Amino acid sequence: MLEGNGVETETIVHEEPASAAARPEPLITLRGVSQSFKTRKGDLQAVDNVDLSVGPGEVLCLVGESGCGKTTTARMAAGLARPSAGLVEYQGRDIWSMSKREFTDYRKSVQYVHQDPYASLNPIRDIHRTLATPLKKHGVAKGRKDGWQQAAKLLEQVDLSPAESYLPKFPHQLSGGQRQRVAVARALSLNPKLIIADEATSMLDVSIRIGMLNMLGRLRDDLGVGFLFITHDLAIAKYFGWHGRIAVMYLGRVVEFGPTPQVINDPQHPYTKALLDAVPEPDPDLTRTKKAGGGLRSSEIPSLADLPSGCSFHPRCPLFEADTCDVLRPELETVATDREVSCHVVGGASPLHVPRARSGGGE
Amino acid sequence: MAQVTTAPTTGAANRGALRGFFRELTRSKTGFAGFVIVALILGMSALAPIFVDSSNPTDVDAIWGPPRAGHWLGTDGSGKDTLKQIVLGGQTVVLVGFLAAAITTVIAVVIGSLAAYIRGRFDGFMLQLTDIVMTIPQIVLLAVLGAFFSLDSPIALALIIGCLTWPVLMRSIRAQALSLKEREFVEAAKLLDLGTTRVVFGEIVPNMASYILINFIIAVTNAIYALVGLYVLGLAPLAGANWGIMINSAWIGGAMFLPAAMPYILAPIAMIALLQLGLIMLTRSLEEILNPRLRDK
Amino acid sequence: MPTTDPPKTDGPILSVRDLHVAYRTGDGKTVEAVRGVDFDLYPNQSLALVGESGCGKTTLGLGLLRLLPKLGSVPKGSITYNGRKGESVDVLALRKQELRKWRWRDAAMVFQGAMNSFNPVLRIIDQMGDTIRAHPDGERKPSKKEIWERSAEMLRAVRLEPNRVLPSYPHELSGGMRQRVLIAMSLLLDPKLLILDEPTTALDILTQRAIVDVLHELRAERKFAMVFISHDLAIAAELADRVATMYAGRIIETGTARDIFYGPRHPYTVGLIKAVPPVVGDLPELASIPGTPPSLSNLPSGCAFAPRCGYVEERCTSVDPELDPITERAAGQTHAAACVRWQDVVYERKVVAHA
Repeated sequence: MLEGNGVETETIVHEEPASAAARPEPLITLRGVSQSFKTRKGDLQAVDNVDLSVGPGEVLCLVGESGCGKTTTARMAAGLARPSAGLVEYQGRDIWSMSKREFTDYRKSVQYVHQDPYASLNPIRDIHRTLATPLKKHGVAKGRKDGWQQAAKLLEQVDLSPAESYLPKFPHQLSGGQRQRVAVARALSLNPKLIIADEATSMLDVSIRIGMLNMLGRLRDDLGVGFLFITHDLAIAKYFGWHGRIAVMYLGRVVEFGPTPQVINDPQHPYTKALLDAVPEPDPDLTRTKKAGGGLRSSEIPSLADLPSGCSFHPRCPLFEADTCDVLRPELETVATDREVSCHVVGGASPLHVPRARSGGGE
Repeated sequence: MAQVTTAPTTGAANRGALRGFFRELTRSKTGFAGFVIVALILGMSALAPIFVDSSNPTDVDAIWGPPRAGHWLGTDGSGKDTLKQIVLGGQTVVLVGFLAAAITTVIAVVIGSLAAYIRGRFDGFMLQLTDIVMTIPQIVLLAVLGAFFSLDSPIALALIIGCLTWPVLMRSIRAQALSLKEREFVEAAKLLDLGTTRVVFGEIVPNMASYILINFIIAVTNAIYALVGLYVLGLAPLAGANWGIMINSAWIGGAMFLPAAMPYILAPIAMIALLQLGLIMLTRSLEEILNPRLRDK
Repeated sequence: MPTTDPPKTDGPILSVRDLHVAYRTGDGKTVEAVRGVDFDLYPNQSLALVGESGCGKTTLGLGLLRLLPKLGSVPKGSITYNGRKGESVDVLALRKQELRKWRWRDAAMVFQGAMNSFNPVLRIIDQMGDTIRAHPDGERKPSKKEIWERSAEMLRAVRLEPNRVLPSYPHELSGGMRQRVLIAMSLLLDPKLLILDEPTTALDILTQRAIVDVLHELRAERKFAMVFISHDLAIAAELADRVATMYAGRIIETGTARDIFYGPRHPYTVGLIKAVPPVVGDLPELASIPGTPPSLSNLPSGCAFAPRCGYVEERCTSVDPELDPITERAAGQTHAAACVRWQDVVYERKVVAHA
């Protein structure tokens, strides 16, 4: 920050990443999860056979363009949408066949932060009521005074201080960044183990994004909250999820998966490379050397209703090989420890390998 | 850009909002006029029975008497003062109108918002129910009911009117709730497991408050017309004196053909028309105040 | 892509002096959203106006083309546009009819939120045709074929397929395509000045990249001056020859892109740059600027940034500093900052090798 002078600075404390072997038991596991929507033009496969998991205190970044299925995946993990195939498990149990009590427990443990802080707070509720209502409903706070104090504590956790001055305000009296912090405070009210953040910083000014990410990082470190973090910006994924993992999604499928530093510094899939090449940098000399169009052959994402044959990325792919990429659909395959890529050209395996059969309902 | 956010305390914000509301109301001349008319008629109907002596003796010198000193609006067929009847006769009409509208609105809001939120079989059943209720011919039903029960209490009348008129409003409330239900703050409440009642009546319904208020006032006008219609047709018992009964008795008594009886039949009609006009003018400016899309223009 | 140096011999295409823009608020007061802005824009130059929400950058952009909403007004200042034939236009004195002619033909604007700028029930060709017909070249009405061809040419220039896009309705296009159609529409009449408000905000990274590429190409081909408004400094690094940082309605630092990104001298600019996470290189420790922008109706005394500034001294709360030249260069090339302590402000960007 600006040299000393008593300015409060706060940065993510970067600890050594946990090794793959020491990974804790996952909180949420998606097994072969798919989601299709019925439309007039037929079924749209928004998410196709996705396997992912997030453990306590872990960060999993889901990255991709709009329409790649990342939000649909997140909504299934949050229990807001029911998968058309596959299982969503919370601590090893399928959430859709849970007893009511178990489901309530899951509901409280997995919270969601929406993208738009202008839509996610009830406009006619003051902040105190927004925060105190769930506290009282679930018996965390008893009485008005206790509700007030606990709501104030939540606001302090998201760096809105003095909390007392924010509690009586209405959403329209707050800035976008402040509203988003209130949304996070509300998500924290029931002591969640996992927060699913759906583009939670993308509508905020660049200048306040970092403050928000630092605050979320502190929640992860101090409270051990896990994050399923959805973003279209790999720079954000890198900053927030450095010690976690990244899953890059394209048209409903995961095309690359691995620990963040490896995916960012040594991307394998041509789509990941293009995403990285497209990120603008605050450095004119550097950023103007970037390849036009991120090196892609087309900047338009194909429609889900009319998926290209073979590898759905082939019409845009700079490494496209005729007769392979447009015919065979590549599967997500392990290319190194903890790294998976779905590409015929860089995947290492013979381009004419027989795809591993995967049933829609998981293995 | 350039939004200036100030941070008043809650109380001040509410007071400010109330003051702003009245400022907006007075800004529109139509709306303010409507407000004044409604307030005056409501005030008169509420206070007249307390302050005005309800005895209205027959003046045998003036059967169908024309307006003159002592009888400013003339007298009726039995020589009773018309003005006194007008002043005292608003209470039933206003009471039934507002009560029936309240019943309609409550039923419509509760069923409409719940149906939209729960969907499924409950929603289907309620939609079927609205279809059935809408097909009931009100007048015939009232004639039948009137034959079996004595409908002399305003509350019974309000109940009947209220229970027959909710389906239309229920459908539009349901449509509104369906779109509000998809809003992210409702989803957030769901994720916090606040329970159906809380989500529907704590999050969804308050966001329709302005819409409900305007429809409530429209329901008042509809209920008043329904009630007056019942009286004019003689389907409701004709005990006591109110504007509806006045029109009926003028009709029955042949006042139509008696020029001297003109004030007696016109006075209640004018009162009802004035009240309706006031209510409608009021809704128009309420709409402007409460609907941000209209306000910003 | 290399920075195109603006020609130094010509005079500025747009000169703004001491421009103020005020809004009437609901309770009858006025609030100044732009408080005395000076700048010169030279032909073929691109200027980025950067800053947080509420700093007055959009208001300034709207004010330049006199597109302010009803409650806005320009109480003070001047805007001079120097046209292609050497004519000098006092923009604030233009009458309604002249203003309409001047917009589109000489100066055009692309608004934020591409969807709202379209009429949803008209096809793209109809909307482009309306623009062409509204500004006929001389007396002759353009034919249908001419309209189609001119529209198609512009769409190809923004790398869209005319045969697919022209017969479509706005909702049938993706956000990035709509944004490019808007850019094409704004350039239909070959204006010499284009103002873009947050042209890439809310778009995906790859779509952003496509827009940036298109703008680079268009500027190289068509030679127009550009003012673009963004809260994202990385986009400014991509597109700007010059950068002006705005805070609380004033320009508080201005310089070439290299000045601003490699040697910023205003603590606010430094804060903005430090808030952008890089994707290349090591993981830096980043922090956002503490606090929030001041309310324009209740500005602090002295420097408006003082309450959030790490360099604050006693004099900062009494003096509101003017832009102070740091490096004097040829017209339109100067680096200046409005900070009494600019000499103490050091920022070094770690040089990172491209991976």
